[in-house]
Amino acid sequence: MTETTKNEASRTQGRLPYSQLRRRWAKLRRNKAALFGGILILIFIVIALLAPVLFPGSPSAPNLMKSLERSSLEHPLGTDELGRSILGRIIYGSRISLLIAVGVVSFGLLIGVPLGLVSGYYRGKVDFGIQRVTDTMLAFPGFLLALALVAVLGVGLKNTVISIGISMVPIYIRLVRGCALSIREEVYVEAARAVGTRDIVILLRHILPNVMVPITVQTSLGMGMAILFAAGLGFLGIGVQPPTPEWGTMLSSGRAYLFHSPHVATFPGIAIVLAVLGFNLLGDGLRDALDPRFRL
Amino acid sequence: MLQYVIKRLLSTIPVLIGISLLLFFMLRMLPGDPAQVLAGQMATPDEVELIRHQLGLDRPVHVQYAFFLGRLARFDLGRSARTQNPVTEEIWARLPNTMLLAVVAITLACLFGIPAGIISAVRPYTWIDYVVTSTAIFGISMPVFWLGLMLVVVFAVWLQWLPAGGTGSWRHVILPSFTLAAFVVAFIARMTRSSMIEVLSQDYTTTARSKGLKEQVVVIKHALKNALIPIITVIGLQFGMLLGGAVLTETVFAWPGVGRLIVDSILARDYPMIQGAILVFGLLYILVNLVVDLLYAYVDPRIRYD
Amino acid sequence: MNGQVKPLLAIHGLATRFHTFEGMVNAVDGVDMEVFPGETLGLVGESGCGKSVTALSILQLLRCPPAEIRGRILFEGINLLDLGREGIRKIRGNSISMIFQEPMTSLNPVLTIGEQIAEAIVLHQGTSKQEAWERAVEMLQMVQIPEPGARARDYPHKLSGGMRQRAMIAMALSCHPQLLLADEPTTALDVTIQAQITSLMARLKEEFETSIVIITHNLGLIAEMARRVVVMYAGKVVEEAPVEELFKEPLHPYTQGLLGSIPWIGRKLKTGRRELQEIPGIVPSPLEMPEGCRFHPRCPRVMDICCEQEPPMVRLAEHRRVSCWLEAK
Repeated sequence: MTETTKNEASRTQGRLPYSQLRRRWAKLRRNKAALFGGILILIFIVIALLAPVLFPGSPSAPNLMKSLERSSLEHPLGTDELGRSILGRIIYGSRISLLIAVGVVSFGLLIGVPLGLVSGYYRGKVDFGIQRVTDTMLAFPGFLLALALVAVLGVGLKNTVISIGISMVPIYIRLVRGCALSIREEVYVEAARAVGTRDIVILLRHILPNVMVPITVQTSLGMGMAILFAAGLGFLGIGVQPPTPEWGTMLSSGRAYLFHSPHVATFPGIAIVLAVLGFNLLGDGLRDALDPRFRL
Repeated sequence: MLQYVIKRLLSTIPVLIGISLLLFFMLRMLPGDPAQVLAGQMATPDEVELIRHQLGLDRPVHVQYAFFLGRLARFDLGRSARTQNPVTEEIWARLPNTMLLAVVAITLACLFGIPAGIISAVRPYTWIDYVVTSTAIFGISMPVFWLGLMLVVVFAVWLQWLPAGGTGSWRHVILPSFTLAAFVVAFIARMTRSSMIEVLSQDYTTTARSKGLKEQVVVIKHALKNALIPIITVIGLQFGMLLGGAVLTETVFAWPGVGRLIVDSILARDYPMIQGAILVFGLLYILVNLVVDLLYAYVDPRIRYD
Repeated sequence: MNGQVKPLLAIHGLATRFHTFEGMVNAVDGVDMEVFPGETLGLVGESGCGKSVTALSILQLLRCPPAEIRGRILFEGINLLDLGREGIRKIRGNSISMIFQEPMTSLNPVLTIGEQIAEAIVLHQGTSKQEAWERAVEMLQMVQIPEPGARARDYPHKLSGGMRQRAMIAMALSCHPQLLLADEPTTALDVTIQAQITSLMARLKEEFETSIVIITHNLGLIAEMARRVVVMYAGKVVEEAPVEELFKEPLHPYTQGLLGSIPWIGRKLKTGRRELQEIPGIVPSPLEMPEGCRFHPRCPRVMDICCEQEPPMVRLAEHRRVSCWLEAK
């Protein structure tokens, strides 16, 4: 009985009580897959931060003497067509990919969340307007939307982040709006309004905390998606431009040498898979652990 | 159900308007003179002026938009700045190729993904479940173009069983469609698994068992029918992923579809073509989602009989 | 009650436990009870006392693992727990049926009512689909659903809560089982509908000669339907009595507490108390069972021995038992 009243009390505050949070954290820790994912991401972060230490020198400096070499002690993953160490470029590439991932979800979070909250909470004309725009954007498959934006904005790292970021915004808007819609119907929100609480306070204190869960899951998965999309654009030649060592861009140049030097294309791809895998595993684990249906 | 159908059809209208606006303004957001842009880099100043007049680019914006809508209604998407052929023609020539890949991919995805998901759900946490779920999560983490390249390395370079690209025979279809299918198979397997697990934990599954029905019957007749409903709705979304993936896959395999057309057009700054191709893909996506939503209404008796 | 009649169902030492991450949960911990032909047995207790798990254990509707069922459940002399998957399936829906609490979620939304009733008939009685359908419509008529032919072709979402529960009852009784397990059949329904359902069940019981085990926390329902009552608390049986004796003279402090918390008109006059008597404390978590008598932390008449040792089951008469140190002198 105490359990249920505690939970009800927590819902009246819109925040997870400490004990519940601890239980969900324990559940997350138990999930070995999620843990593995988290470790992968951590490894990439460390690699990105320590890049100059792990690989001194410029990763983009050509060295034509050593073009297209297989694995060796000096270059464990071989070299590409311009003689650059693939390992080194992958290490520096992790910086690019993480930068893109963070940049893209920032768009979603900074633009999508507030719009979603406003749309879901206030309803009416504002909601209608935002929804129509969101619907239009979501009428395109994500990658295609990013593609179209790149066609307009141009290529390069900055535009890659902006294009993918913008295409991620409607996803966040939908997500947050849905949550906001259901929470605003809760009795404690009504009570807060009746007492005269200002809207912004209600939004921040009651609605936002409850939206955190799906946002967190979406952010982890979104980062993985961002890396995939960016790699796709890079591969097509309209994303990050060479010589910047973005993994997808590396793959596009590696494509020409597929027949006798497949390692140029193989290893950056593996890096992409591992990074995205990490975010996906973590996102899955978060979803399992934080899903309110699975009440422990 | 009628209410649902009408609502759904009506909701398509603002989206169509929105897309047309988006594409209309897309062109005008580009730096420089739209007429020049549309005429292409090779055009002479006279040709540019001709285009400007023809497309009414010297008129006010809302008039231009009206012209634009008018042309859309007549399926006139302009001419390619690269080849000077009508955009509609170029797209129409390539669309069947893309659709071929997409249809094969979706079929494979359902053929393999759904049974895998079912088996996984019925025997959770066994070795077979781990195999399915780990493969699936790798599947959705893989860039489709990398998978394509790897498959080429293995099957075209090392084993030399299949061609590395182009069209011609059924052999040419295998690698591109399998590549395209990979992500979707994985996604559908995961979705089927979670949907089935959810359904198998429902009260009505216990009721079915309490009547003494064989487990097989419970899974297929009682559970699967319910589990497929949310999966159907997701297939529309998956089609979108396929269209996006097609762009990449067709590039890898030099497949003459609309996807590759988009890429080539972007690289060549052939804006009428970009606009046209993206429009077509967008419309296709909307159409498929519409069909899927209507199908879903038909399949779920709670909506059908209301 | 002559002791020569053999019980239809005899449960001996049933223990059902669940392996959970946080430990072993002994949901049912040593339960004995009997159901005789043609009687209605009430199984009473608060939420979480193990009464539903008992019923689910009888038909083995729990996933094993994480569940583990031990003991003997004798149905017409045969231990159900010895039956393999095939064996228990022949029993389900056929000799022993079950109806559940939530008619909303207990019926499959994508199959018609008629189909859901008919499939059991086809399975257990080997009739053709056509014949099974006709019987299904007949059953719907028996449970007093108007226009049974049309309703049989409907999907569950079209029916009201009461009608759905009737359909469930029709489904459960379609193969004329000897025993019906009714898990909170009226809890999710309006009070007026509740009355209809209970009288329906009573009538059908007579007609079909089915024994019923009615599982509920609602003492009013027990008073109306049951002939004998078994009271459970925290996974164990604490008292058993014929229904009038239980209400007139409850022996276990828990039963007394339960009865004391029922509001009834004239209570103040008779008992001199205005407030409802409540049982202080809460049902213990299955992971943290108290030592000794499980009820002792909440018992108003607790003694020293209660905190140390579990009380034995004292048999006072043919169908009268209680597990309490107060009686075990």
